[in-house]
Amino acid sequence: MSANDSPCSVSPASCSTSSPGRKIPLHIDGYGATVPYRGVATRKPEGYGRGRRLRQSGRGKLLAGIEDALSASGLRSGMTISFHHHLRNGDHVVNAVLDACARMGIEGLTLFPTALFEVHEPLVEHIRRGVVRRIMGSINGALGRMISAGEMEVPVVLRSHGGRSRAIISGEAPIDVAFIAAPTADRYGNLSGCFGRSACGSLGYAHTDALFADCVVALTDNLRPHLVAPASIPQIYTDFVVELPDIGDPKGIVSGSTAVTRDPLRLLIARYAARVIETSPCFRNGLSFQTGAGGIPLAVTSFMKEAMLRRGIQGDFGLGGITGYFVELLKEGLLRRLLDVQSFDAAAIESLSGSPAHVEISADWYANPWNAGAAVNMLDVVVLGATEIDRNFNVNVNTEADGSLLHGIGGHQDTAAGAGLTIIAQPLLRGRIPCLVESVHCVTTPGEVVDVLVTEYGVTINPRCPDLLEQVKGVRDLPLVSMDELIDKASELSGTMDPLEQQDRVVAVVEWRDGSVLDVVRQLGR
Amino acid sequence: MRRTMMYLPGNNPNMLQRGYLFRPDGLIFDLEDSVPMNQKDAARILVREIVSHQNFGHCELTVRINGMDTEFWRDDLEAVAAAAAVNLRVDGIRLPKAESPAMLSLLDEALSETEAKYGFEQGRFRVFCLLESAAAVWRAYDIATSPRVTGLTPGGEDLAADLRTSRSPDEVELDWIRRMILVAGRAAGVDVLDAAYPLVHDLEGLRKQTAYIRQLGFDGKSVLHPGQISVIHEVYTPSESEIHKSLRVIQAEEEAVRRGQGAVAVDGRMVDAAVIKRARYLLNLAAGDEARP
Repeated sequence: MSANDSPCSVSPASCSTSSPGRKIPLHIDGYGATVPYRGVATRKPEGYGRGRRLRQSGRGKLLAGIEDALSASGLRSGMTISFHHHLRNGDHVVNAVLDACARMGIEGLTLFPTALFEVHEPLVEHIRRGVVRRIMGSINGALGRMISAGEMEVPVVLRSHGGRSRAIISGEAPIDVAFIAAPTADRYGNLSGCFGRSACGSLGYAHTDALFADCVVALTDNLRPHLVAPASIPQIYTDFVVELPDIGDPKGIVSGSTAVTRDPLRLLIARYAARVIETSPCFRNGLSFQTGAGGIPLAVTSFMKEAMLRRGIQGDFGLGGITGYFVELLKEGLLRRLLDVQSFDAAAIESLSGSPAHVEISADWYANPWNAGAAVNMLDVVVLGATEIDRNFNVNVNTEADGSLLHGIGGHQDTAAGAGLTIIAQPLLRGRIPCLVESVHCVTTPGEVVDVLVTEYGVTINPRCPDLLEQVKGVRDLPLVSMDELIDKASELSGTMDPLEQQDRVVAVVEWRDGSVLDVVRQLGR
Repeated sequence: MRRTMMYLPGNNPNMLQRGYLFRPDGLIFDLEDSVPMNQKDAARILVREIVSHQNFGHCELTVRINGMDTEFWRDDLEAVAAAAAVNLRVDGIRLPKAESPAMLSLLDEALSETEAKYGFEQGRFRVFCLLESAAAVWRAYDIATSPRVTGLTPGGEDLAADLRTSRSPDEVELDWIRRMILVAGRAAGVDVLDAAYPLVHDLEGLRKQTAYIRQLGFDGKSVLHPGQISVIHEVYTPSESEIHKSLRVIQAEEEAVRRGQGAVAVDGRMVDAAVIKRARYLLNLAAGDEARP
């Protein structure tokens, strides 16, 4: 049974249908009433958002340990705690804080991270013991399998980076205590990600949490005796500072250098994607784009550099997760600015710490749909990946082929919605598993904001973009392939996948960036 | 056109299925050097099944069988024939270590039997010969005029070893070999295709060598890595001035025919049959990718 055909967890009368054709329960236990997705920008903001809690601070912010900070913060069972993921798979902070909560008997917490990684597998035990009751944020690995099997009492809520900051600022998702891993800090709570043994560069995802949490606790392994300035997060937001022996493993935090794929098929996909961009009207002076840090996107960046040099194009800005390849474009004058919400490698961190043209931005600035204008709205081009994409160009990045929760939304929805040209660049198969399917298991990003699919077989244009189709027709070395042909090819190569067995119970809710519910993920198994 | 003939390891299903997406002029499904001894049977079955059931677009399809000094070559031919019974575009055999006309006669005999067994037209399978020893190079013309032979290619490493040298960066040791094989092939009326450039990430070296062998008169090169294809195609793509001049030669010829004139001049030079042939060849190369589906 595909997700499209799946029943509601309650009677049909209690369901609504989101605009990609997904049945959404009107009420989900542990989540509440739902607002079904009706379109990219149909849910409008009204009124005012959440203000900052007023507080008065003395001089003594430095505390001896995490448990002191938990006590000082007033954290109690049932509250919401947030984390940011700039330390990626090297992060030690999430596990350390949850271990301390468990020791202090704090239970029933809502965990509100910007993302979780394999390193956070110990959370499985904290969930089983009741320390964590709910997660609002991405999950993967063992945690994803556990939750997909129905081991969590309430559904996970998946939001994009922009949707998460919107939910915080609008008051939909208040944070009681924000824990900020700070690679460098001073005693009064000025925080920087650019220096120290655990340097990660931008702290962009933590900005919104710092501004709007009722209490902010910084954890650092590089406490400086002098004032840290400039600071990513200034002292006016930081309530307490805790020094730890280490906040992360540098090997898991950043790559020494990110590298373009050497797989010829992935390079072919990247070359086709770059050719589409070069052929489109976006490819002009003032171009702005986001490509990310995967093997294919890095190769796209590299091919775009070649094209920009060949055609004499100077771009405006590069956005999102920044790599050394973007830094090269900045240094060579092919881009004027980098807007960095996450720094992926050593070159990006060095550039952010030294170049005034390399600017750290918050998730709010990056992608929030309910502010006066996020950076994604100015994007000309974004190149994204997919776990699955279907006939209607709906994209799934949340679940694996076996239906397990795989990872979060990241900026996928935000950039796809904001960019003038949204390209999904993805091999037709992952191993023996087709990426092209009749209907995705879970809709992360609706097809109405996806313009082009690029595979090793060529370029497939969404029928809603007839102008683009005309532009790429007849372009040398850029084969056009129809969606029907691609789906047939995928089926021919891999055969038909057995339908997933799933129950009615909802284990995760996928929100569109405006807070409406785009889709739900159901418990696996009989 | 045989500008680029790409080897696909017979034990790599991913590349066997998708190698054609890189748009070489031809594919060589390799059962010889890229397949370890303990995978020969598996690779033969894999190649047979994939070639039988897949469409490879515009590519010319050949199979490099194992050498006739091994126990595998007859089974390889059987697999090629079985695939060719389903996929009508399979008609090329690449023979490694082609040593003599006698060897080609034996292969011809075996292929004729196979063709009869499968009900194919006699002579359907054509043979591309890899000349990998000094003796083979010395007999190049006799090999090229043997039945079914449609192309010659000099060996690389094996040939260098037989010459008691090694492959150097500028391949000076293969210089006269290339020229000899080219003359033999042209005299016999078959295509002459260069060996692969072994340094797959040295695209500038590839470009330089391709320009050299194109100037010698080679029809193309073998390819080891997809990244080499575009470089070779670029080198083999005639310049704008070559295309322009070739078009004027053809137009002048057509005009002469229309007017009943015997001879015609372009840019003050007489246009004879050889010039016209050269112009048609260049225009055919220029059509290259444009003419593809």
